[in-house]
Amino acid sequence: MGALNHKFNENILITSLDKLLNWSRSGSEWYFQFGLACCAIEMMSAAAARHDLERFGAMPRSSPRQADVMIVAGTVTLKMATRVKRLYEQMAEPKYVISMGSCANSGGPYWQHGYHVLKGVDQIIPVDVYIPGCPPRPEALIEGLLHLQKKMREEPRLAKKEGQE
Amino acid sequence: MTEQEIYADLTAEFGDKIIEFVVEETLNPTVVVKADSLADICTYLKDTEALQFDSLMNLAGHDSDGVSDLSVIYHFHSTFLDHYITLKIFTPREDSTVDSVANIYRTADWHEREAWDLYGIKFNGHPDLKRILLEEDWEGHPLKKDYVAAEFYRGMRIAKVK
Repeated sequence: MGALNHKFNENILITSLDKLLNWSRSGSEWYFQFGLACCAIEMMSAAAARHDLERFGAMPRSSPRQADVMIVAGTVTLKMATRVKRLYEQMAEPKYVISMGSCANSGGPYWQHGYHVLKGVDQIIPVDVYIPGCPPRPEALIEGLLHLQKKMREEPRLAKKEGQE
Repeated sequence: MTEQEIYADLTAEFGDKIIEFVVEETLNPTVVVKADSLADICTYLKDTEALQFDSLMNLAGHDSDGVSDLSVIYHFHSTFLDHYITLKIFTPREDSTVDSVANIYRTADWHEREAWDLYGIKFNGHPDLKRILLEEDWEGHPLKKDYVAAEFYRGMRIAKVK
C-alpha cells in the first residue's frame, strides 16, 4: 500500500476490498454434498478425520442454495446431467465447479461405448478446476480445492471489469 | 430335489410345454420352456408341496448375438427346501412379448421393467410396465446388440467428442 504503510497504529491493516472479499471467500469453500459414483467415496474420505477438509474452510452443504462450490464427483449419466445442470443453476453466485475424476472430466471408461454417459460435465456447466484420477485420492481433491482458492483470490470483485461502464 | 428331478417333475406335469433340459459346465442347469405356459409353470413351481419355490432370485433379459431370438431367464430358489432351478424362454426379436409373473413373484415387478427398458421385451399383465433406469423419453433399448446409439439426447452429445 506504498505511501500509507506505517501511517496508522499497529492494529490497523490496509488492503483493498477486493482482496479482503476474496480472502474471506476463498477461506470458506462450502461445497455441495453431491456424490455420483466412486469418486464420492474419496470425497467423503477427504472430508473425514484423516484428511479433514475443514482445515481449509471447506465443509459439505446439503442444499445448492448454501453451497459455493459444486464438486462433480463421479459419472454423469445423461439422466443425471439434466439434474446436475438444474442444481448448478440453483446455486447462488458466485459459484464454482470442480470436476473430479476421469468420468466427470471426459466420460472416463465410458468414453467410447457408454451410450448413457455424458462425455465430460463441461458440456453442460462451466468447470473451474479439473482433477485427474480414477478416482483421485483425497490429496488430489485437496490440491484441486487449493487451486480453486488461488483462482478465487486473483478474481476482481468490485473493480470494474474490462469493458464495463 | 436335484435339477434333474425337477425337470422330470415338470415334464410329467406339462408334457410338450417343456422343450429341453440344458446342462453346461459353467451355467446353472436350465429348463427351456414354451413362453405361453410360463405363468402356469411359475404357479406350479410356487404352489406345489414338493417344490415350494418361494423365491424368484433373478430375472434377466438376454440377447445372444443380435440376430436370433431374445430370451428371458428366471432363477428360482426354494428357501424351505434349498434347491434351485433355472427357466429360460425364447421370444421373437420384434414385438417380443412374454406373460408377466409379477402377480406371482413380486420380485419380477422391477426386474421385468428392467428387461423392458434395456431389451424391449413386453410383459403382458405387468402392473406398471415403464422404464426403470433410462428416462421415459429415451428411444430404443440399448442392451439389444443391434442397438445403435443416437448422436444426441436432449441436445447432449452421446457419441464421443472428436
